Amino acid sequence: MKRFVDLHLHPSIKDFDQVERMIVKSSELGYRLVGIPLPPSVTQDEISLLRKICKDAKIGFVARVDFAPKTPGELLQDLRRFRRRFEILSVTCTSKGVARQAAKDRRVDLLSFPATDIHKRFFDRAEAELASKALSGLEIEMAPLLSLSGSSRIRLLSRLRREVAIAKRFNVPVVISSGAMNEYLMRSPHDYAALATLFDMPLPYALHALSEDPLAIVERNREKLSPDYVAPGVRVVRRKTCV
Amino acid sequence: MSRHVRRRYLALKIVSEQPVNGGDIMDAVWKAVVQLFGEYGASQAGLSLIECNSQKNYAIVRCSHTAADMVRASVVSITEIKEKPAAIHVLGVSGTLRALRKKALLQG
Repeated sequence: MKRFVDLHLHPSIKDFDQVERMIVKSSELGYRLVGIPLPPSVTQDEISLLRKICKDAKIGFVARVDFAPKTPGELLQDLRRFRRRFEILSVTCTSKGVARQAAKDRRVDLLSFPATDIHKRFFDRAEAELASKALSGLEIEMAPLLSLSGSSRIRLLSRLRREVAIAKRFNVPVVISSGAMNEYLMRSPHDYAALATLFDMPLPYALHALSEDPLAIVERNREKLSPDYVAPGVRVVRRKTCV
Repeated sequence: MSRHVRRRYLALKIVSEQPVNGGDIMDAVWKAVVQLFGEYGASQAGLSLIECNSQKNYAIVRCSHTAADMVRASVVSITEIKEKPAAIHVLGVSGTLRALRKKALLQG
């Protein structure tokens, strides 16, 4: 049985009632792991509270941070400061320079692009080639597909169709996430997979983008953040106690 | 010689701020199908409402089996009913009503 993951649930962190409702709803919809974007200044107490809410709802929690830097330099600075504090790091690329830097940096997990401004979606073949080498994934949020209508949704669908084809060609993992800011924008994994067929993503591929691909990223990062991690394939098995 | 028509039944769960009836649900579904696939696509869907329970907030709709994916994608894209925020979740899809009720744990 697949373990479905929603790496981008987007409730207002200040409103704990809404956070709790959305986490419970995620669990009901069949997700086993949710990622919630947190501000970089979040305290350990707040993270522990979120973990507790998730544990009560019988769902796993992933601490995620989103950056939208204006320059590649700003991105590098953010990565140096915050990479080790969060399990998932996503970069919203608003310029080509940032997009290229994010795609080639192995510390970036997810590349995200603005849904409403099609001219700022820089996921082309060059970007995919860099992302493929750095093991970054392309994140597709479904909330804009639900909330947009008319010509803006048509343009977004057309763009997503192109991006998914490029990602497939260059073996870039695609991660489908909800991006839901309220309960009305939340759907079950199979419903999202059905919606993904609108941009020519076959059902099995879409279900993979909702389960195996995001899960692999989370597990890889959890291993990296573990104190026993040394390098890929190398980990501390036992420590010698020196007296 | 009559040709057997293959159909699909979809069990839907409606989440809305206000009570909705079968007509409201079908209006929203038709609107979504037309918006996403146009009138030509909608004409191939063979959509009809089979059952609606306003108290338990669920409904069963029938469509042509070739249009099941199209109808599911359209139903999922609904974000409002009667101009109020709403969501429709697909509880199950099946070829017979009996199997659907069993699958979606609905008591007909």
